[in-house]
Amino acid sequence: MKRSLINTSILPIITIVFFIIISWYLVAIPMNSEKVSRQFKNLDFKEHVEKSWNLKKPKLPTPHQITSEIIKTTFYKKINSKRSLVYHGWITLKATLAGFVLGTLLGIILALGIVHNRAMDLSVMPWVIASQTVPILAIAPMIIVVMNSVGVTGLLPKAIISMYLSFFPIVVGMVKGLRSPDQMQIDQMRTWSATPNQLLWKLRFPSSLPYLFASLKVGIAASLIGAIVGELPSGAISGLGARMLAGTYYGQTVIIWSALFAAAFLAASLVFLINFIQNYTLKRMAIIR
Amino acid sequence: MNVFIILFFTVWIGGWWLNIRLSYLKSSHVTKIFIPTLFGLIILLMWELIVIGLNINPVLLPAPTAIVLKFSNSLSILWIDFVQTLIKGALSGYILGCSAAIITAIAIDKFDFLKRGLLPLGNFISALPIVGMAPIFVMWFGFDWESKCAIVVVMVFFPMLVNSVQGLELVDHSRQDLMKTYNASYTQTLFKLRLPSALPFIFNGLKICSTLALIGAIVAEFFGSPIKGMGFRISSEVGRFALDMVWAEIFVAALAGCLFYGLIALIEQRLTFWHPSNQK
Repeated sequence: MKRSLINTSILPIITIVFFIIISWYLVAIPMNSEKVSRQFKNLDFKEHVEKSWNLKKPKLPTPHQITSEIIKTTFYKKINSKRSLVYHGWITLKATLAGFVLGTLLGIILALGIVHNRAMDLSVMPWVIASQTVPILAIAPMIIVVMNSVGVTGLLPKAIISMYLSFFPIVVGMVKGLRSPDQMQIDQMRTWSATPNQLLWKLRFPSSLPYLFASLKVGIAASLIGAIVGELPSGAISGLGARMLAGTYYGQTVIIWSALFAAAFLAASLVFLINFIQNYTLKRMAIIR
Repeated sequence: MNVFIILFFTVWIGGWWLNIRLSYLKSSHVTKIFIPTLFGLIILLMWELIVIGLNINPVLLPAPTAIVLKFSNSLSILWIDFVQTLIKGALSGYILGCSAAIITAIAIDKFDFLKRGLLPLGNFISALPIVGMAPIFVMWFGFDWESKCAIVVVMVFFPMLVNSVQGLELVDHSRQDLMKTYNASYTQTLFKLRLPSALPFIFNGLKICSTLALIGAIVAEFFGSPIKGMGFRISSEVGRFALDMVWAEIFVAALAGCLFYGLIALIEQRLTFWHPSNQK
């Protein structure tokens, strides 16, 4: 089932990606044409198109420009250099992972509290759900600046933003998961006179794992967004968000796009990693085949 | 130890005790609303007391009363920002993006090939940090609300597309066969069976996107905006350490987010009354 799905989807995906790249090149011609005709005079159509795909500061850089910029800044710069994409990516990744781990731990602990304590369930849970509807990301600049003024700089403020962005999806998913065993299964555990601890570790926790992994994927994507946005307001000089901001100031569109693609690559590999762990774990537990 | 610190701990322990007592009451509509409200009020009270008690600098954490005061004193500025960011930027982008996604979903639903290619891609793109495209859109469409609208369109498009396609796909086959025996045309099947039964999925997408739209519009303003708008106000007031104004803006954003979400949920309940989750 799974394998045939892959085989049948690959061709359509490749076709659509190919189509996107073609239309990207086509759109780049009119978008950059104003700049080309300002810089060069008396071009025939073919030269005009060629120039519009290879401008230095284009309005829309073409895929091959972005790729070569990414290759240049990834492989041909020293890793600790300020112009290396790996350096900036690593700074962002560190904050993302730190915030994600903290947010996950806190989220699971809070979910355990909510499931086991009626008072917490009734008083905290409505607020957690309401918080999902609120654009929490708006607080990011404030956290950065306030923490800077107390003397906390660097990784921690960004990690805190990542933490609270990944925290809420994990609480919601985990509460749902821990409550997913039905009454019959819980009664079965009781007839075996299972202690509350055994009930948690042998029934509730294992059956919550599919929910946990689903929210981990949401959470890590949110963490990365938090880390990138956290790099915007502080006048930060390193990290993918800072790189985008620098690109904006100097009109270096190729730099913005390459930072964007690096961020996309990071997000994709993090989600892929969790997906891999999920498949492995759930297969070993015989939840999926 | 001053009086406020002692009061802080009294409120903490007292509130804790009260909430535990209340939660053992028989659950009803009253307790379901009353307990979380009480919890929120206790937190606010503790916040106020700790700020006064420890004499915390308002630059770090302003007291709730200071925020409320600022809120009521600057209603006109908050209204201008609200219109600029949420009505012009977020709402227009939300409506454009969501309707474009639903129309695209109906269009690609006819072609299995497109569906198989776009669904995984759409899922993938939904996980990407699209907010990062904000600086590019600000360059293309200028500082005003048009660029915010554009970023919101891109942010909401893919989650909405994926949800609508999934909803259109999941129609019961026997019902579709029934429509065929009625000799229903494609449009009749679409409007009388498939779209209505896709509504739970479409509304799920609309709910996810409502938060995304607010985030997109606010964050895009960090990259450049005219001298109004919530994102602009937040980043400039943070720079001046006027945190009470920042909190007032966040309060507006939170309130707007909740109301918007609530409105969508209300419409959903009206339109999908037939769904098992809405039946008692």
